[in-house]
Parts: sequence; C-alpha cells; structure tokens
Amino acid sequence: MVNADRRKDAFPKPKPAKIKSAGAAQSPMLGAAMFAPAALYILLLIGTPFVLALYYAFSDARIGSSGLHFVGLENFRSILQSPSFRTAVKNSVIFTVVAQSIVICCSMMLSTALESRFRGRGIIRFLVLLPWVAPMALGAIGWKWILDSIYSVITWFLVWLHIFKPYGAPMWLGEPKLAMAAVVLVHCWRLIPFSTVIMLAGQTAIPKEIPEAAAIDGAGFWRTFFQIKIPMMRSIISVAVLFGTIFTFTDMTVVYILTAGGPYDSTQTLPSLAFATGIQGSDLAAGAAISVFLVPVLVVVAYLMLRVAHRTEGA
Amino acid sequence: MAVVETRDLTKVFKQGELGAVNNVNLVTREGEFLVFLGPSGSGKTTLLRMIAGLEQPTSGEILIGGQLVNHLSPRERRIAMVFQSYALYPHLTVYKNIAFPLKAQKVPSNLHKEKVEWAASLLGIGSLLHRKPRELSGGERQRVALARAIVREPAVFLLDEPLSNLDAKLRLAAREELERFHRRVGTTTIYVTHDQVEAMAMGDRIVVLNKGVVRQFGTPKEVYDDPADTFVATFLGSPPMNLLENEDLIVGFRPEHFRLAETVTDSAKVLFNFHVENVEYLGAEFILAGTLTGGIAEGKMVIARLLLGHSFEVGVTYQFAVAERHLKYFDCTTEKKVEARAVAW
Repeated sequence: MVNADRRKDAFPKPKPAKIKSAGAAQSPMLGAAMFAPAALYILLLIGTPFVLALYYAFSDARIGSSGLHFVGLENFRSILQSPSFRTAVKNSVIFTVVAQSIVICCSMMLSTALESRFRGRGIIRFLVLLPWVAPMALGAIGWKWILDSIYSVITWFLVWLHIFKPYGAPMWLGEPKLAMAAVVLVHCWRLIPFSTVIMLAGQTAIPKEIPEAAAIDGAGFWRTFFQIKIPMMRSIISVAVLFGTIFTFTDMTVVYILTAGGPYDSTQTLPSLAFATGIQGSDLAAGAAISVFLVPVLVVVAYLMLRVAHRTEGA
Repeated sequence: MAVVETRDLTKVFKQGELGAVNNVNLVTREGEFLVFLGPSGSGKTTLLRMIAGLEQPTSGEILIGGQLVNHLSPRERRIAMVFQSYALYPHLTVYKNIAFPLKAQKVPSNLHKEKVEWAASLLGIGSLLHRKPRELSGGERQRVALARAIVREPAVFLLDEPLSNLDAKLRLAAREELERFHRRVGTTTIYVTHDQVEAMAMGDRIVVLNKGVVRQFGTPKEVYDDPADTFVATFLGSPPMNLLENEDLIVGFRPEHFRLAETVTDSAKVLFNFHVENVEYLGAEFILAGTLTGGIAEGKMVIARLLLGHSFEVGVTYQFAVAERHLKYFDCTTEKKVEARAVAW
C-alpha cells in the first residue's frame, strides 16, 4: 500500500488543463455579469420610481416645494373621499373590462379569419398589425380629429346620409357616455392587432388534424370553435387577456389626448387622474397615492400571468 | 356497412401540374378491408381524404352506400377516420374523447355512457376512461382513436397509417389487434399505408398507387405473384423482384425463386451462373447478392433469398436456376405486364 502510494508520488498526475470557456461558463461571476444589465434596468427604471411613488404617497410632496414631511395615511384618506377618485376607479374598471371583452372577441374572430388561406392574406395581416406598430400618440391624435366636434369625418358622413342635421350631430368627445365609448373604441383599435397576433399564434399551434377529426366526428363550426379550439387555446388566451389588462388598466395616453379625462371626469381613469393631480395639479403626494392604488390590481394580474406561464411549461 | 366507390376521381392541387390523384376508379366490397399502398407522394392519403370529405375532388365522383357524397360534409358521410397522429383532443379525458362524436351528432345523452363503455371494452381501454391523452402510451392512444371512431357505428372506417407512430414490436401487436377488430365489427375499412408487409398481411385487397395512378388493384396474392408492371413488381417484396432486360422485354423473378439449380425440380428452367458477392445471414434465411456471368445477363446484379441448408461463400460462382413458370415478362417501354414468351439467354 505504502509502496503504491510512493509510486503514485513519483509520477505525479499532470493537472487537467483548464478549458477557458467551460470554466468561465461555470463561474458565478459571469452569470452575475450577464444578469446585471437586466437587474439594473429593472432597479433603476422601475424599482426607483416605484419606491419613490410609495415614499411620496405617505408625504406632503408638492411640485415647487422643497420640504417633505411624513403624513401617514392622510393622502389616502383624502383621495378616498374625493368623488373624482371614485369615478376614476369605476371608469378604470369599466374601461378595462369593456375594452378587453371587445378586444378578445374581435381578435378571436380576426385570427380565425386570418388563419384560413385566401388571396391577399399577407397584406391583410400587415394592415391588421399596423395600428400596433404606429406610435400611440399619433394614432390617438388621428382619432381626436376623426371624433372632433367640428371637423369629425364621422359626423360629416352621418349628416351626408341625412341621419343627423348639421349642428345637431352628437358631440363624440363632449358627452359623457359617448366620450367613454370613444375612449374604449380607440383603445380597442390599438389593442386588437396585438391580441390578434397572439391568438393567431395559438390557432396555428393547433395541429391541423384536430379540427379535421372534429369535422369527421360530426362537429360543426361552432362546436369545434367552442369545445375544441378555445379550450386548446386557453393558455394563450389567458396571456392575451392578462397583457391586455395591464396595457388597458395602466394606459393614460388615449384618455389624455382624446378627452383629458373630461367631460366632468366621465372618462377619468386612475392613471390619468394620477397624472392630472400629481403633475398638472402639482400635488405630487396625492398623485402618487392614486397611482399606488393600481398596484394591487397589477400584482394580481402578474401573479396570474406567472401561473399561466408555469402551467404552460408543465404541459 | 357500405360500399365505397370512386369514379374518375382526380385531384389537382396546382393547375397545370400533374394531379395528386388521377382518374381513380375503384369499388370496395361490403365489409372488405381494402388497403391503399404506395410510396410517399403516391396520392394515397389525398385519395382517402377525398373519400372522407376533407379534400374536395377536382373532378370525378365518390359514392358511399350507393349515394353520391361529393357535396356532403364529412359528418354527413357516415364515416369515421383514424389519423396518423390519432388527433385525440388533448384537453378532454378518454371518456369525453370517445363521447365527443355522440355529442356532436346529438345522440341522446342517456345513451352516451353505455355506448362509450361498449366501445372502450371492445378495445380493452375501460380502465383508462378518466385519463387525459398525454397520460397514455402510443398503443393506448391508438386504441382510444379507434374507440372514438367505432362509437357511433360508422358505415365506413378510414385509417390513415395508424401504426406508423408505434415502435416495431408494438406495431406487430397492434396490427393483429386491428385485424381481429375488423373481423369482429365487419365494417368496410380503407387503410392507407406505405408498408407493404402491413398491406399484404391485413388487406383483403390492395390498391397499389404511384404518382396518383392506380397501378394494380387485387388481392395480396395477385399483386405479389402477378404484378401488373415493374413498379408493383419492385415495390412489393423485400428484397424486390429481380429485373433483367432481354431484347425488348424486361424479365423478372422473385429472389425466393432464384435457387441452386439442383433444387429446382421443374424441367423448364433457366440456368444462370451466379457469382456471389455478399452473404447476409438472417437466422432463418440467407440473402445473397451477386452478379450473373455469361449470356445476355452478363454483369447484372441479382438477389437470391434462400432457406438455410446450404452454405455459400463470397467470391464463388454457383449454378442457379429459375423455373420458367416463375418468370414474369414486362414490356421494355411501357413496363407493363405482357404474355410469357420464349426468350434466349
């Protein structure tokens, strides 16, 4: 035994040569370095404003004032009592639910239509996607013109058809219900392409034989659609709904450009009210407190999204 | 049960190109197991899909049970189809998969349980009814697909390569099971495959297709023993038929008919000198590959299939023979079968 050991020492094994790339791939430093930009991005551009908003929400911060005092739940108490805030919460919920319902129905129909082969399908697909590619502010300004009280093309067309008398046409952005409908409509116009693309991916992922088997089994279009296709697309529909909910619930561009929350707060949503109160009204603390109310909703949505992702991975 | 008939059935996918299926005329028999056999791209699946109603023919007629069905949707044709991928509905349990055709065809719901259990017991999957397709093995999925097809008692069964996703061992067992199943239910069945062994073993009759054209339509024995052209001769049989050009003819003989001259007892036989170049020992038989020497067929590659009982060595020339009754004759230009005639070797 001793001899054997000695013999081993006499001929020491050469050390295995280090392969640089393999060694580097395993090094924890490299992993951290690769991860750092993403972490930094989230920390600086999302984390900091979020913490700042929380901080402001419990203070008396105002634009132009350098003093900052902790005021506890005072901001929350005052906004909860404000009728504007309650309207904004109600509007946000209506806006999100109605817009998302329309978006999902329309994008499901569109994706079903765009999945079948026909001449010019490529061009139609491109046109459908266009509103998503165009900058949001530009689109919203276009819509502002289309719905304008004096220059509205829609009004002009309806007058031309003798449905309304000149000067008797509805004010699309000036009447509370019509203004809300206009905001929902523009938002749908914006989100349908995005949702359609997601749904289209879901539809094409269904093997061709499945609807064929359903057809042979005797199922018509609607049965195949509701009992086979939609259940098979459940995960992808959830993704579209959850993304859409976040985009709608947190969006303020459409409301801000079209109606600025008016008339009489009838289209005010939480993000637009937060902006109007915090930035335009100089009451940073109240604005921050309003935006903090978005957090629970978004946390629930984020949790659901992660669950869907997890379930899809498992399947 | 019903008879399926096609009249001049043609499918052209791109105008100006050769059709995927060209002028196919065939009639099944009541309760028959008919096999469409051909290499990939031969049009066998397109033909089946047209019968199913999943593909519209460019021209021609399809009749099921004597009724013209060209304009009918798949569900109105009273057919059932098993797909190569089985196409089970992944989100439904086995029970719901099997019950789906009943629901779709508005069979009263109080009959569903009874019918599903009948179909499941017929295929021995009674214990799997509450599982999802992803929890099943390949063989079990195939049985579920069959149960889903049988449950509404269709007039015709269409099977599109249902065994090709199974491993070799399972395929053999599943093949036997399918045969037993067909004997029990006795429904007219059309089965698509590219596997000639499957076709020979299962088919009452075989339709051999190539490039969208029916090359031969007959019993397994007819298509094997008496091929209509050189395509059928070489597509069926493994190893394929040996073909030798002789003047304006192509003369063919099966490897198992090419034997040592002394073992061929017929007096009318053709003798060849066979120079063995490769010997494959397959346990129960030998596959010999080599060239012919002397005569018209000098240098031609041929294959012999022999039972054990003699040993062969590579590089040695043996005297082989084929009985004349085993020689098949084809026209050199059309490659179609012609009458036997005397040729000099």
